[in-house]
Amino acid sequence: MKQVLVVDDSAVIRKVARRILEGLHFRTSEASDGKLGLAECEKMMPDVILLDWNMPEMDGLEFLCALRKMPGGTSPKVVFCTTENEVGHIARAMHAGADEYIMKPFDQNIVRSKFQEIGLV
Amino acid sequence: MVDALFASCEALLVMRNTIAKSPREAAPVSSVDDARASYIFARFRRQWAALTGADIGADKRRVVERRLGPVMRAHDVSDLFELTLLIERNGNEALIEEAIDAMTAGETSFFRDRAPFEAFRARILPELMAARGRERRLRIWCAAVSTGQEAYSLAMMLDEAARELRGWSLEILGTDISGAAIETARKGIYTHFEVQQGLSTTHLLRYFHREEENWRVNEHLRARVAFGQFNLLSSPAELGAFDVILCRNAVTGFAPEAKRGVLERLAGLLAEDGYLFLGDAETVDEAAPCFIPTAHPSVWRRRARPRPRLSLV
Repeated sequence: MKQVLVVDDSAVIRKVARRILEGLHFRTSEASDGKLGLAECEKMMPDVILLDWNMPEMDGLEFLCALRKMPGGTSPKVVFCTTENEVGHIARAMHAGADEYIMKPFDQNIVRSKFQEIGLV
Repeated sequence: MVDALFASCEALLVMRNTIAKSPREAAPVSSVDDARASYIFARFRRQWAALTGADIGADKRRVVERRLGPVMRAHDVSDLFELTLLIERNGNEALIEEAIDAMTAGETSFFRDRAPFEAFRARILPELMAARGRERRLRIWCAAVSTGQEAYSLAMMLDEAARELRGWSLEILGTDISGAAIETARKGIYTHFEVQQGLSTTHLLRYFHREEENWRVNEHLRARVAFGQFNLLSSPAELGAFDVILCRNAVTGFAPEAKRGVLERLAGLLAEDGYLFLGDAETVDEAAPCFIPTAHPSVWRRRARPRPRLSLV
């Protein structure tokens, strides 16, 4: 079973995402900010990271840049999942190395569709 | 005799509506007893099938009343019986249009089901490009396009093959029975949820722009697709011949005879080596003589028309 790390400072979002992802037959782990997310990746590199943008300590873009420099950090697929829905933000995230981008609010159909785009469903 | 009985009810309905006109309260959609309601619904189903081809199940009365309730109230139509009479007489075109819109609100998405689009990209488009190398022309018809995502998906695919298709005449026509759906398709404006289903972020950034809270297909892509209203029960001969026709998830609800008629008419418009795309669970059973199966379960190729025999006397 593939592993998804959900990195989001909202406990509600993490819970909703977990429910959706487990329904799609993924194992999930969580982190409430970028720094804790990197710590999780050091313990075990996940297959996919569902990544918020605006978080304390380390935001999503900083996390992504740091992740890709880690050993094995180029292998996880990274899907941004954020309220930032302007074209500029989306383009920045994709240019920084994200594989897909989800604009909040989201539902199971959107998550499934985006995960299909990255070949995981 | 039953019809005569209810014909007399027609007069009573007209009288009732005349008396009860104002102020109009939110009347129940159907206030008759079950037996009469069943008869009325059966009559409605017959008229609806004649109008649209769709074969509504006998157990769908409540669903139909729920969907058509707002439309009937907006037009001061008291119940399904009155609506059926209006359809039979072809009276109140606006009401009938809105009823069609309400009943045909279909599910669609960009690159829906994926695999047919992959088959188009990987196999069918290269094959047709090789076959049409001289005339350099491709015509594609999305015959049940709903709100347009299917047609725009194909337009994106053709745009991605722009280098190979330079100098080609490319035409994508999207039609649907619902005027409201076609209007949405023409505008090319989609919600936050709609652009995140089936559409990659790369496609979103390349072919869409933000319009307030929504996303709109860029002008250059909108210009590649023509949309129009069309009933699959009508003769499509005036539309001309097509290389590819998509009629996905549209005829599933049709009675076998109506479905066969639609598929035979579509076959009549397909080029000799043309392709028909149906929905995943759909088949051409009723019109099987017109088509040959392909490697993809929902893609069919037009069977060559028999050539007339010459008799040498």
